[in-house]
Amino acid sequence: MRASLKSFTPLILFLGLVVLLAFGLKTDPRKVPSPLVGKPAPRFSLPALQDPNRTVSNADLAGKLSLVNVWASWCVSCRAEHAELMRLSREEEDLQILGLNWKDDVVAATRMLRVYGDPYRVSAFDPDNQVGIHWGVYGAPETFVVDFEGTIRYKHIGPIDRTVWEQDLLPLIQAIRKTTNGHE
Amino acid sequence: MNTNPAAPLVSVICEIFNRILIPIAPLRAILLTALLAVSTASAYTLEAFAFEDPAQAAAFRELIEELRCLVCQNESLAGSQAELAQDLREEVYRRFRAGEGRDEIVDFLVARYGDFVLYDPPLKPSTYLLWFGPFLLITVSTFFLIRTLLHKRQSPDSALSPREHEQLRELLDPHGSDRDGRNGPDQDKSDRER
Repeated sequence: MRASLKSFTPLILFLGLVVLLAFGLKTDPRKVPSPLVGKPAPRFSLPALQDPNRTVSNADLAGKLSLVNVWASWCVSCRAEHAELMRLSREEEDLQILGLNWKDDVVAATRMLRVYGDPYRVSAFDPDNQVGIHWGVYGAPETFVVDFEGTIRYKHIGPIDRTVWEQDLLPLIQAIRKTTNGHE
Repeated sequence: MNTNPAAPLVSVICEIFNRILIPIAPLRAILLTALLAVSTASAYTLEAFAFEDPAQAAAFRELIEELRCLVCQNESLAGSQAELAQDLREEVYRRFRAGEGRDEIVDFLVARYGDFVLYDPPLKPSTYLLWFGPFLLITVSTFFLIRTLLHKRQSPDSALSPREHEQLRELLDPHGSDRDGRNGPDQDKSDRER
């Protein structure tokens, strides 16, 4: 019995290595976890994309459940997730989507929203990556879930589709809704 | 009369060359020049970041060598042409000029982008495995190697049994077939010739 167990040791070690390497292969190195999760949203204040006189700031996050979506008109994946954002803006009434228009051109960005629809309550205009750096943005699209207290609860890197919404975002958002209703 | 059957083809090729390719050639040259001009204009150089103090310039360069670009992840901020790297270089530069020290700038970036921006990850509980894992692996495997070798020495491979000795001699001895009464093919043949 002891001997047979011993003869299986290399196989067991090998399988362990396979599991470890498979895990390494499945993890996308481009998805860098954000240290901002669990922290208050960084302070920001930017002009709105469609109305330079209006300011978008942390005040827009206060007391609301928000998705802060980093997007740009040059970003192909943003176009891909656009329909899903439109659906969310229609169907999830207590969830506001704030846009952070990132390193973009005002004409191209407004045209994109005019042509394809505007899922955002408001989009902040950040052409020079001034706020993006403070939010740890390193590409578009990226989406932050910000709860009623203004705390970042999650960061999704890459486009949102139905699967991402149902598997990653919705459970968290339901949990946030539940705890907030419990407090009230 | 056209004596050469290939002549029409040749003239068509000449036409194509004269009418289409030659007029394009200058255009192509212009395009290429423009392309080169654009690519050299957008390529960044460290000269863009001016310092009065050479020591500060050296410190700046050293720092951006240590920071990793998040877009092209195998490049440092100093080496990357990505737009994000340019933004971060400018941010680092601005902070350097404002008098911030190396540690403050590193803390600023780590707070936003995580330890990933550092090529040299800090020693803390979540990185213990990263730092000590290889040494642990070497220690454990050395222990097992030495133990196996010592075990081998204490009980060398057991001696052959008489039966195994017999089998071994049969295998090694070319005329071994004589003894057990069986004849090899060669033997057989020579028997018949005789």
